Amino acid sequence: MAYVSRGFRGKRAKEREDSRLPPGQYLVDDFPVLSAGPTPHSPLDEWTFTIESEVAELKRWSWESFRALPAEEMRVDIHCVTKWSKLDTTWEGVSIDTLLEGVEHDATHAMAFSDGDYLTNIPLEDLLDGKAWVAFAYDGSPLEPEHGGPARLLVPHLYFWKSAKWVRGLRLMDHDEPGFWESYGYHIYGDPWREQRYAGD
Amino acid sequence: MARAAVRGRLTWTLAEVVDLIDETPRVRSIVLDVPEWIGHRAGQHVDVRLTAEDGYQAQRSYSIASAPEDQRLALTVEGLPDGEVSSYLVGELRTGDMLELRGPVGGYFVWEADMGGPLLLIAGGSGIVPLMSMLRHRNASGAEVGAKLLYSSRSWEDVIYRDELERLASADHRPEVVHTFTRSQPPGWTGYARRVDGQMLAETAWPAASMPSAFVCGPTPFVEAVAAALVLLGYPATSVKTERFGPTGG
Repeated sequence: MAYVSRGFRGKRAKEREDSRLPPGQYLVDDFPVLSAGPTPHSPLDEWTFTIESEVAELKRWSWESFRALPAEEMRVDIHCVTKWSKLDTTWEGVSIDTLLEGVEHDATHAMAFSDGDYLTNIPLEDLLDGKAWVAFAYDGSPLEPEHGGPARLLVPHLYFWKSAKWVRGLRLMDHDEPGFWESYGYHIYGDPWREQRYAGD
Repeated sequence: MARAAVRGRLTWTLAEVVDLIDETPRVRSIVLDVPEWIGHRAGQHVDVRLTAEDGYQAQRSYSIASAPEDQRLALTVEGLPDGEVSSYLVGELRTGDMLELRGPVGGYFVWEADMGGPLLLIAGGSGIVPLMSMLRHRNASGAEVGAKLLYSSRSWEDVIYRDELERLASADHRPEVVHTFTRSQPPGWTGYARRVDGQMLAETAWPAASMPSAFVCGPTPFVEAVAAALVLLGYPATSVKTERFGPTGG
């Protein structure tokens, strides 16, 4: 039983009732920004998205050819490990199923890599079957650089650090290994419903 | 206190509030006695959890203000108008109360004396807190690495750790402390009186050639502007570490 904080009542009625809110989270209406360093700005004519194995490049798109792929609109809830959640966010992007179509591999995990040397690891099954996208629009507009534009990974069922900003590709791996935050004590998987914030949670 | 943290599962622990220090009208430091604290590194934070009688809980993260060398753990919290946790911590909490926390958390926005420098610390408002932990650590460890703090506040009255910063700035191996006041300035003020911009950084920051380590903490627009300006001054992106908070921090 947790210690009861003397005199604390809690002001937020919505958080008590909303079954879409994972444990320990609170609701926000705006869209906070978190990142570990300066915001990178990749010109679109230099932008590429790459699927690679541990030894070879398997597939690569330019911005133009990426945007020519079939895209979907999604309405999802997002949950940041720093405790905020935002419900019913709308995005447009290309599903990872589409990007991996025709790619032969026997990988179990993927490492997403980004401008600014950011890495995050995700089991492949969490990226497939309509669970993840490379998103290029948010709320009907091109994704702002501070929110990860021109394109970010979107894996809404995991804490939002897994939705790598400024994503430039996926490395397919036959094993799991920690990415950036996962090497600094954050959870290797990051399921908000099991409150897997930090290593060992 | 300063022994190396052993990484295991971070469990909730009860800390006793032993002192409360009003830093400014809206900002308060909470000094805690944490039994068996595993130690922290300057720049890390803790999660704080409040529980109401009906079982409702709220959690937030707060930067650690104290140095690893200090006997007590100190957090510094800015009370936000609608912040259900911060308004409790700043308005309701009393000495003798217990506070549930777990940590330390975060290992990237961190500076230790043996990481060298020179150090460039740039704070907007309560973004000073993790940077103060670094300055306190630098002072307590006797590190001679150069340090500059550029600190943007709305007014002189809003400067957190005002007296301690003055004391530090007059000690041996003192850090250079530069203030800018964006809303109102003290009488006779001849220093900066605007938001941090590229010109101000060009005048105050270490030259990129001296390979500084930069730590920037403040509201998102502040951090975006400062980090971008440092990159334009030739700082490699990997030498600029950022930590942000928004008005929704609660």
